[in-house]
Amino acid sequence: MIECQNIYKTYVNGDVETKVLKDVSFTIKDGEFVAIMGPSGSGKSTMMHILGALDTPSKGKYILDGQDVSTLTDDELAVIRRQKIGFVFQSFNLLPRATVLRNVALPLVYAGIDNMEREELAKKASLQAGLDESRFYHLSNQLSGGQMQRVAIARALVNNPTLLLADEPTGNLDTKTGDIVLGTFQRLNDQGHTIILITHEPYVARHADRIIQIRDGQILSDEENKDKKIFNSDSDEN
Amino acid sequence: MKTRDIFQESYTALAANKVRTALTMLGIVIGIGSVIAMVGIGQGAQGSIEANIQSIGSNLITVSSGVQRTTGAAVSGGLGSAQTLTQEDADALKEELTNIKAVSPELSRRYQVTAKGTNTNTQVIGAETGYPTVRNLNIDSGSFLNDEQVKNASKVAVLGPTTRDTLFGEGTDPIGQTIRINGTQFKVIGVTQAKGGSGFTNQDDMIFVPISASQRYLVGLSASGKAYVSSIAVSAENPEVMTEVQNQVTQIMLQRHNMSDIATADFTVQNQSDLVSAASSVTETLTILLASIAGISLLVGGIGIMNMMLTTVTERTREIGLRKAIGATRSDINFQFLTEAIILTFVGGGIGVIFGWAVSLIASNFGITSQIDYTSVLLAFGVSAGIGVIFGYYPARRASRLNPIEALRYE
Repeated sequence: MIECQNIYKTYVNGDVETKVLKDVSFTIKDGEFVAIMGPSGSGKSTMMHILGALDTPSKGKYILDGQDVSTLTDDELAVIRRQKIGFVFQSFNLLPRATVLRNVALPLVYAGIDNMEREELAKKASLQAGLDESRFYHLSNQLSGGQMQRVAIARALVNNPTLLLADEPTGNLDTKTGDIVLGTFQRLNDQGHTIILITHEPYVARHADRIIQIRDGQILSDEENKDKKIFNSDSDEN
Repeated sequence: MKTRDIFQESYTALAANKVRTALTMLGIVIGIGSVIAMVGIGQGAQGSIEANIQSIGSNLITVSSGVQRTTGAAVSGGLGSAQTLTQEDADALKEELTNIKAVSPELSRRYQVTAKGTNTNTQVIGAETGYPTVRNLNIDSGSFLNDEQVKNASKVAVLGPTTRDTLFGEGTDPIGQTIRINGTQFKVIGVTQAKGGSGFTNQDDMIFVPISASQRYLVGLSASGKAYVSSIAVSAENPEVMTEVQNQVTQIMLQRHNMSDIATADFTVQNQSDLVSAASSVTETLTILLASIAGISLLVGGIGIMNMMLTTVTERTREIGLRKAIGATRSDINFQFLTEAIILTFVGGGIGVIFGWAVSLIASNFGITSQIDYTSVLLAFGVSAGIGVIFGYYPARRASRLNPIEALRYE
């Protein structure tokens, strides 16, 4: 359960004050698939940073799993991220020259889980993200874009997070592979994962159950997605 | 984050850039290596000089001749080159001193020596029977000079092992053979045992003849017609009476030379520990000098590490951002980068120790003695790990303080 209560975010740069978020409130229940949509400069990235516990609001409360995250220190936020949040970035951000499994297991390293268990969990998450077993020991820089993003998804899943946050996950992919990745998100959502998708593309947002539109730091609309686009195929592309 | 994982991550990062890692490490290798080698060579020099001084005798007090220093521009000659010490001085010391083992007047000069077609230029020492006691000299074969020979100024000679090798060949028995010193025939009666030593202090390349024979046939008398000696060595009974004996020697000598102040006297009285400490202080200074030059290269190596770590942090900004996003705390990142620097310096230090060791071994092949003790090896390891911490600290801190949001956006 995620609750945002009257969130404000203001950046101060010298004498200039920029109000990025102005009184944003919403609740996301466990198991929801929500798209946060808005053009660039709307504040959706800042929203994602706050939801992902990378940043804290200037004012207001962000409650994740019943815990108020808005007043934590940097290191406390790091612990929240490692326990409850899985990130998928537009540019994958994989470690080059490292195997698929090592990339996937990376969050577990910081969680202090030992080697044997890490490998088990990493294999499980990779299969869940739709990666073929034959790729487990490939180096991440030898993979195609779609496969890289699956590795990133597996990495986000590996610590069994409360919330999966995807920031423009299809931005670096062609339409076909993008669709497959979005299908993966839908399947994960069907398995009970809570997913928040941040995008500026209406087409991508249409894959979610609920769309929150942000403009100029405020919520423009927050409604159920009536014409949800559903994919059936979820095969590994090569 | 587990310690094992910190090492694993650091190792992977270092292995990813092998050439750069190796070059950075080279700075530390050279730094530590040269410190080890320089300190080793310095200490070796110190050791061998001390051993040389010890081997010229024990509890030794030496009276050397010198020009009397008067007011004005008098020049003091080299020790032993003047003719101010006489055989009578030595005889007086023999009679009047107490608590001594032996007194040994010596008259040394270099001569051309020939034997059956071979010839060499070596130190010929006029000595008395007290010489072996005072100078810790042992006889290998034959015998040393006896009282009779000294009294009669017999033309007999005892050879050092190196001189024997030069004149008669290695391992031969020269006893009974004759040699010519400066044209005068001497009969060989003994060979001394090897004592080691090198260069100007080689005590194995010498010939001993009765001091009376040297005075009569080789060196001659002084300008004033007296039998003179170049130095008188006195061996005290034990280390405790050294000072007392030295004072007695000084008193007797001053009295005999009608002088009141040792500072202006025409001789000097030195004891062995003065020599040892003078030589030690010289070599210690030398060691410090060498070590500090080497230390500078170590410092440069350390700066190289810092430079590489800063470059690495900049290059891997996005990676650091990602690591933070997936749950790495500041201290996780800090330790990871610090460990990289420490691995670099520690491994570099280890190779450096081996390298320095090798250099000093090679140096000893060229006749430079060197001596490496375990404290300097441990110290070098400690210093290199310390350099890793010092020069790795700032880059690691910088990495750990990166803002994950900005780091992830970094291009």
